Amino acid sequence: MPLIDRRVLKHFDWTLFVIVLMLEGLGLVTVLSASYVASANRLDPLFVRQLVWIGVGTLLMLGALWFDYRALVTYSYPLYAIVLLLLIAVEVIGHSTGGSRRWINLRLFKLEPSELAKIAIVFVMVRYFRLEPPPGGWGFRHLIIPCILLGVPAALVLKQPDLGTGVVLVLITATLLVASGLNWRVMAGLALAGMLAAPLSWHYLKPYQRARLESFIDPQADPLGSGYHIIQSEIAIGGGGSWGKGYMKGTQARLNFLPEETTDFIFAVYAEEFGLAGSLLLLGLYASLIGRGLWIARHARDRFGSLLAIGITGMIFWQVAINMMMTTGMLPVVGIPLPLVSYGGSSLFTTMAGMGILMSVNARRHTF
Amino acid sequence: MAKFRPKKKRRTVPRLEPRIALISALMMTVMSVVGARLYYLQVIKTSEYAQLADRNRIRIRHLPAPRGLVFDRRHRPLVNTRPSFDAVVVPEDSDNLSQTIERLQDLLGDDDIADKVVEAEQNGRAPYDPITVDENLDWQQVVALETHQLDLPGVSLQIMPARHYLYGDLAAHLLGYVGEVSRNDLLHLANYRMGDEIGKFGLERGWEPYLRGVAGGEEIEVDAVGRKLRVLKEIPDHQGESVVLTIDLDVQQAAEQAMEGKNGALVAIDPNTGYILAMVSHPAFDPNIFVGGITPANWRKLITDPEHPLEDRVIQGIYPPGSTFKLVDSVAGMEERTLTPETTYNCPGGMWYGGREYHCWRRGGHGTIALHRAIVSSCDVYFYNVGLHLGIDRLAHWAHLLGLGRKTGIELHGESPGIMPSSAWKERMYHQPWYPAETLSVAIGQGYVAATPLQMAEVVSEIANGGVRYKPQFVHYVEGLDGHVIKSYPPVVEARLNIDPKYLETIRDAMAGVVNSPWGTAHRVRLPNVTVCAKTGTAQVIGAGKAGVRAGEPEGEIPVKYRDHGWLVAFAPEDHPQIAVACVIEHGGHGGSSAGPIVHDVLEKFFELYPPNAAQQLTGNSGAAPAMAAR
Repeated sequence: MPLIDRRVLKHFDWTLFVIVLMLEGLGLVTVLSASYVASANRLDPLFVRQLVWIGVGTLLMLGALWFDYRALVTYSYPLYAIVLLLLIAVEVIGHSTGGSRRWINLRLFKLEPSELAKIAIVFVMVRYFRLEPPPGGWGFRHLIIPCILLGVPAALVLKQPDLGTGVVLVLITATLLVASGLNWRVMAGLALAGMLAAPLSWHYLKPYQRARLESFIDPQADPLGSGYHIIQSEIAIGGGGSWGKGYMKGTQARLNFLPEETTDFIFAVYAEEFGLAGSLLLLGLYASLIGRGLWIARHARDRFGSLLAIGITGMIFWQVAINMMMTTGMLPVVGIPLPLVSYGGSSLFTTMAGMGILMSVNARRHTF
Repeated sequence: MAKFRPKKKRRTVPRLEPRIALISALMMTVMSVVGARLYYLQVIKTSEYAQLADRNRIRIRHLPAPRGLVFDRRHRPLVNTRPSFDAVVVPEDSDNLSQTIERLQDLLGDDDIADKVVEAEQNGRAPYDPITVDENLDWQQVVALETHQLDLPGVSLQIMPARHYLYGDLAAHLLGYVGEVSRNDLLHLANYRMGDEIGKFGLERGWEPYLRGVAGGEEIEVDAVGRKLRVLKEIPDHQGESVVLTIDLDVQQAAEQAMEGKNGALVAIDPNTGYILAMVSHPAFDPNIFVGGITPANWRKLITDPEHPLEDRVIQGIYPPGSTFKLVDSVAGMEERTLTPETTYNCPGGMWYGGREYHCWRRGGHGTIALHRAIVSSCDVYFYNVGLHLGIDRLAHWAHLLGLGRKTGIELHGESPGIMPSSAWKERMYHQPWYPAETLSVAIGQGYVAATPLQMAEVVSEIANGGVRYKPQFVHYVEGLDGHVIKSYPPVVEARLNIDPKYLETIRDAMAGVVNSPWGTAHRVRLPNVTVCAKTGTAQVIGAGKAGVRAGEPEGEIPVKYRDHGWLVAFAPEDHPQIAVACVIEHGGHGGSSAGPIVHDVLEKFFELYPPNAAQQLTGNSGAAPAMAAR
């Protein structure tokens, strides 16, 4: 095997690459704006670090492109195991901020293993469902092992606590189950069970999580407490209007009314400054990215590649959907970054690796 | 459906196709919903949210204007404003209010900040309105607050104008005090907001519209913890207008000093205008303690004080006028033709009436005397007879004309009309007929009759000025900041009594005798180069008789609370009167000895400043019926 497969180069997915770069560009611009206040007129270290991570992430993406995705059949479980170990390590030596323990301090970089878990769950689920289902689709008994594979990382993530990532793990798995041929009746049963279980899960939520849910239903009930984030975010987005307040001119972010303005609420910063025009551009880019991902899934050479593409696309989709619905007040506040746009190395690396794998699936659709 | 290359391609994942389509549809639907939501927020609702964003960052801060200054008649400041450093809290700007308050309380050493915040919220504070939690911070507190700014989200320092009464309790009842506008007042005062200062008492209350000024404001941009970033717009405030009083600071100070340690009241009026020159009510209070909100402890102390320092005795204290009422008897008797200056009565030291003996204060009697001597010696028996010949209703008629039993109309809140009884009055109050014997008591200023010091000062003024009743006024004019007069208060004639000048001359002559003749009772008010006219009075305290106190007992042996009130009314100089004074000293005993020295000091100071020959300069007119009064 040559060092560089010429066909891979020939089928390099420029569409996806350009979309990814554009999203990262918009993200960088917004991170700069959101972090501007604190840094008083000089280039913010946050911006510089994000730039470095985009560079490293791009290398990671190209690296993933060179690897034949089929090798993942072999590496899925080991990678999954490493992520599990990291998640356990968080529990032991993790670094906590704001009441939750999510990071491992690597000096150079604070690793957030729950981000890696998102792609790890894609790997194991795809690995598990890579074969054709029996006639009628996967039944209940096929779900025992996936349930364990999902349950362990999800439990670790929820314990941090990180409700958002936990939900995303479940949704990625559900997407893959649907795609890989789950029995329709089983699917209906699971949906029903999920709906019934939702009220019960209330008892397992932390008080702040309950407060967020409550304030989602009625943000004005406690406008300065748990409802504050939703209200301020909606004000920022709505205040942006059609064309936005202009770059660096968003008052909500500038004057610190927005929480987590470089990470979870970066969309509010962006939408305030660039208005509906900017929001729709961003939404359009994500839609293109997801569309491209699903196109790759459809045209993949094999079932494994196709499922891999669906899983990665689902990972992107759910994060985008939850983040945007949360910042626009359609969902309660959970900590989910906006992929490629939010500040944060772990999320960026995970997403870029996923993009590389998507490209790899696409590049190898003609090879045998 | 993109390019499909049949030459190489077999469909490898046929069973996935419909599922991918399903997932695509689902994902795109969700994206469309997000797009629709964005359209709703950013287009349909945008103005609402833009407004909310502005409300977030833009605060309108009201800057109350400094209140107007108050000057005495010679334009010397009595009340001004000085900067006060106040700590204010905007609860919305603090993420942990209870912690912020706790820290603030520690820093300032003040433990009722939490209560103030709660109280403001209960009073319906508007969102983002600052609550003033501590005023008049000293320098150390200011520094402490500034250095701990970052630990105190939502707390800021405000420099506000604060009222300052330069002479403490001087003329406190006249100047009044300010306080925070009450919730009740807010219901009917359109231009006031919670936390605003308003005049509550005295001049501050009555002249509020002039003194208040016009508040300014600034539109400031703040960040999420309420720190002021920049001023977007500024509306300057306009200081309130100044009020120039008719009070003379020196005369007022002389009166305050003379009254030191005594309870009672003194008022000095220019008889030619009704302008008040000095006005003292003791005990007084320091209006400075009301600035920025009186502490509950201070307030309790003021209202539970048995000596009632908040009462303005000049207009609210009603006392039996005692022998000073004999001036009223004299006017009424002569005008009703039941008395002439030559009428004589014999005083053997008392008289029998209705089966009871009515004493004269002088047990030995005055012998047969005419009106002049009766006033000079203050003979009770003489005026019993005057009263009996008049009857209560004619007496009451004249007393009323002279200003007793009715409000003088001074523009201070809570003036008492006093009591001037008549047969109709008694019928109304007690459903009983008037007994002529009661007229005897009234004739010597006892019984039902009660007057305020201001009313007695009016009576004396009328005798001095030839029978004109002026409305007593204490504000000379209101002037703008540039010094031009906005509103002036010329003398107001309430009534011209048309009393025969020669009768008044008789009374004035007798009053001069009270001070200067050997039989007089007010030698203490004599001045070397001015002829002072006066009348003393000693009013029995109700309840003294029942407590076993007999008349004529040496004063020192009577408990203070049963001692007589001492009155002295006076005017001077005898021929072109420039000042009329009424003074009452509670439980002071005889008027000549208790109130006399006080009135003496006031007159002495007055004539030192306004020598008798310079009278024209002061009032512009010193005649008995000033032209100015006609307007």
